[in-house]
Amino acid sequence: MSNTSTHEKSLAELSRSLKSKELSSVELTQSYLDRIDALNSDLNAFITVTPELALEQAKAADAAITAGNASPLTGIPFAHKDLFCTEGVKTSCGSKMLDNFIAPYESTVTANFKDAGAVMLGKLNMDEFAMGGSNENSFYGPAKNPWNRNMIPGGSSGGSAVAVAARLSAAATGTDTGGSVRQPASMCGITGLKPTYGRVSRWGMVAFASSLDQAGPMARSAEDAAMMLNVMAGFDPKDSTCMDRAVPDYTATLNEPLKGLRIGLPKEYFAEGLDSRVEQVVRDAVAEYEKLGATVKEISLPRNHHSVAAYYVIAPAEASANLSRFDGVRFGYRCEDPKDLEDLYKRSRAEGFGSEVKNRILVGAYALSAGYYDAYYAKAQKIRRLIRDDFLAAFNDVDVIMGPTAPTPAFPIGDKSNDPVAMYLGDIFTISANLAGLPAMSVPAGLVDGLPVGLQIIAPHFEEARLLNAGHQFQQATDWHLRKPETV
Amino acid sequence: MFTSTMQWEAVIGLEIHVQLSTKTKIFSGASTAFGAEANTQACAIDLGLPGTLPVVNDEAINMAIKFGLGIDAEINKVNVFERKNYFYPDLPKGYQTTQLEKPIVGAGHVDIMLDDKSTHRVRIHHAHLEEDAGKSLHEDFAGMSGIDLNRAGTPLIEIVTEPDMRNARQAVAFARKLHSIVTTLGICDGDMSQGSMRFDVNVSVRPQGQEELGTRTETKNLNSFKFMERAINKEIERQIELIEDGGTVIQETRLYNGDTDVARSMRSKEEANDYRYFPCPDLLPVVIEDSRLEKLRAEMPEMPEARKARFINELGLSDYDADVLSGELATADYFEAAAKAGGDAKLAANWVMGELAKTLNQNDLDISSCPVSAEVLGGLMARIKDNTISGKIAKQVFEALWKGEGANADEVIQAKGLKQVTDTGAIEAIIDDVLAANPKQVEQYQAADEAKRGKMVGFFVGQTMKASKGKANPGMVNQLLKKKLG
Amino acid sequence: MAIDRSTVESVAHLARLSISEDEVRQTTEQITSIMGLIDEMQAVDTHGVEPLAHPLDAVQRLRADEVTETNQRENLQANAPAAEEGLFLVPRVIE
Repeated sequence: MSNTSTHEKSLAELSRSLKSKELSSVELTQSYLDRIDALNSDLNAFITVTPELALEQAKAADAAITAGNASPLTGIPFAHKDLFCTEGVKTSCGSKMLDNFIAPYESTVTANFKDAGAVMLGKLNMDEFAMGGSNENSFYGPAKNPWNRNMIPGGSSGGSAVAVAARLSAAATGTDTGGSVRQPASMCGITGLKPTYGRVSRWGMVAFASSLDQAGPMARSAEDAAMMLNVMAGFDPKDSTCMDRAVPDYTATLNEPLKGLRIGLPKEYFAEGLDSRVEQVVRDAVAEYEKLGATVKEISLPRNHHSVAAYYVIAPAEASANLSRFDGVRFGYRCEDPKDLEDLYKRSRAEGFGSEVKNRILVGAYALSAGYYDAYYAKAQKIRRLIRDDFLAAFNDVDVIMGPTAPTPAFPIGDKSNDPVAMYLGDIFTISANLAGLPAMSVPAGLVDGLPVGLQIIAPHFEEARLLNAGHQFQQATDWHLRKPETV
Repeated sequence: MFTSTMQWEAVIGLEIHVQLSTKTKIFSGASTAFGAEANTQACAIDLGLPGTLPVVNDEAINMAIKFGLGIDAEINKVNVFERKNYFYPDLPKGYQTTQLEKPIVGAGHVDIMLDDKSTHRVRIHHAHLEEDAGKSLHEDFAGMSGIDLNRAGTPLIEIVTEPDMRNARQAVAFARKLHSIVTTLGICDGDMSQGSMRFDVNVSVRPQGQEELGTRTETKNLNSFKFMERAINKEIERQIELIEDGGTVIQETRLYNGDTDVARSMRSKEEANDYRYFPCPDLLPVVIEDSRLEKLRAEMPEMPEARKARFINELGLSDYDADVLSGELATADYFEAAAKAGGDAKLAANWVMGELAKTLNQNDLDISSCPVSAEVLGGLMARIKDNTISGKIAKQVFEALWKGEGANADEVIQAKGLKQVTDTGAIEAIIDDVLAANPKQVEQYQAADEAKRGKMVGFFVGQTMKASKGKANPGMVNQLLKKKLG
Repeated sequence: MAIDRSTVESVAHLARLSISEDEVRQTTEQITSIMGLIDEMQAVDTHGVEPLAHPLDAVQRLRADEVTETNQRENLQANAPAAEEGLFLVPRVIE
């Protein structure tokens, strides 16, 4: 077994070690499997661990490296959020509904990792159907924050954040519909990026809200995230909303100097509801950027505070239709002894879905129902345009926008579980990037009460390279991203 | 007893689902071929498995545009797919992807010819693209229904008319015309028995002269023109009787069974549906470039209306004949090929609408499965035209050709020795025999005045034709008889 | 907007979710509070604003009409709760 420091190596370092045969993929994979064995029962990051498959892939990776057919990610172990369909391996979406579902096809994102020779360790815990911000809505129980196991890890990609923060995987994939990559990244002290809508294929990614969902990398550094995005991004003819646009090498621009970078700080991001200690972390991080040569100006996103309301119409509306296919007919959970067709539908769905998912389906169906469409759905889509236009206007004057990722650090498990509105307000700073389709990233920027806090950086459409460059430069100057939970 | 003197008027509108003859589904690359084993042509997308996504079939867009061009409609250059939400086992995703606010084809029209030979315009409200559902099979699987999703995702255009028809005959004339349009365009195989074209009929009645529309019902499942006509007439009668008996028509969906000629209310559809339409977030707006429109416009075939005009103007057919012959693509193609091969359009028209239509009807066959090809029928026409055979003998030849006794008219004529006798001497010899055998009739003829003789000559013509086994040229027989009888 | 119990029940029917007596009260309360959060947007002036369904002003790409899918019935039906003779089985459908 390799020593502990192996799990602190960056993806680039791992890649070099594997290629130089200083380390084999089988050894590396086994070391992660051992850590999972030791820690997962406590952290609950994984829903499914696939040791045999992982070691088989690791063997193949070692062979590819020997044959000189390796790409940068060959032989490196990753884990995937459990809503990416993986052929032959259960894809549960954190739901009882799909507890028995084995996809007969592979998502484009996971296929891209496979094609790159990466190893899959297993599938990661999440809020059911990606609905939630705490990972408490999982049929498989909450994942625990490795910084303090009484705390939530954030969500919905909670298992991904935990796996990366606790060094149970070299890095992980997540998905972000309203902040589900960035918010858990912030709360677990890792780097998470939500790409531009249309940058990464959604094929094989079980949909929550189709016009908002986007898969992204969750890693220990911006550099790692850049290497992952190189593999994840790109055109896919199977997804109508995926853009046919060249993918730059995101690692190539990581070292560009930030001198002259114009940073906008929206005054609305530093308003009521923001924990003052979190605000201080963010202001200190911005000051660090000024030291790196960036200029800072206050800007306004006047309609940002409506984003939560608009989002909680649009996302549930889309979800209410997206989740209709879970009807107990062709796959998934079916209730016992349905007495007729209606009973089959109603009980399979009521028993298969958890309460948050059902709430959102009900809100979505209500917002689309006769007589309410204009007041809710159409209204929310209009506000969506206003929110996007505010961003486009702001980007005339600034290169990136910075602010907090989440208003608070991680909170105790159970704290908000019966108060959906309090939970939803935790998304206030992340949701608008989804509504506008913008790329956004969270980088570790400090600690509050021993819990990590992230800085959010938002860029114009398709400017992921700018985000990664800004993140990497910050990480060259600071060591927040290298901090890790004491217990790990 | 009260008897009504009220005059009623029916108001009829149609909704037609036309299956487009693309090779693959509207949103997936699965085949649309008819008749495959259950669920062998339903891929992960068609089954609505989690994580699957739709991509729009280019050819489905082209076919919908062609339809729009074929009915002189506006093509909406930006059109949007929406989700129509409802639960049904043959609808895998729990929503149908369809169009509502921005359909691909806007308002257009179709002209039909009425019984009084006048032209009537039926306005098309719009036509939109959507996906077909699968099928529920109700054979007994221990009290369960079986779901076959092969048809799920087959591209459809749904055509919605204005309520511009007033009786069943008009509705059927419209339906036939529409059938002709989509088959001429090559966007649908037109096979109603396989469900390629499905007609739903909205019917209401109102007192003659009243502006306001009555409550309408929708009758589904009309898979032949014959059933459509019957079902509409039945529904009109039902509504009138109901109202005259003091009842009221309720808005409902009715299912017509052609075998039993009975329509019944569909209880499961009665529950008020709230379909919660909204733009499908998995699809982007379809934008139709001018270049695509121009290319399709250039590829448009001759439409039934234009063909009818050409039949009148170039082939010299009557309005009525041209309308009938241009009314169905297969018939029009057959007629034109026969006319060309035979060199006489009017003669071909008479045969196609007469003997051929009658024989097809007796044998319950479509023109597309006619055992006598258009070229062979044309060959027969040519022999009538050049006096090789008479029209009467031609029917005999046709019958033989129908039964497969010979590859073409010449072979049959040769084999059966049916060639017309045009030799004056030979005909005179037969006439002489006939006159010799009927002295009494000759005497009567010669005693009669000119007016009566006209009728009486028919007897001798008949006898002569009979004696010649129909082979004598009737014109010559007439002429020679008159000469000989003096 | 206050959502009443019967509204919750009728929307639950539309969404084909059975909802027990025990659940209906809490669900009604939660939906009411969520709708309260949402109703905040009624204050926004959206006069003359076009709804935005997609963040990018992109248009639909079209797929060539070529068969790319082969018969995968066995594979696809492996997840089916009930299937027989290649058909998915459901309680009898009444039209």
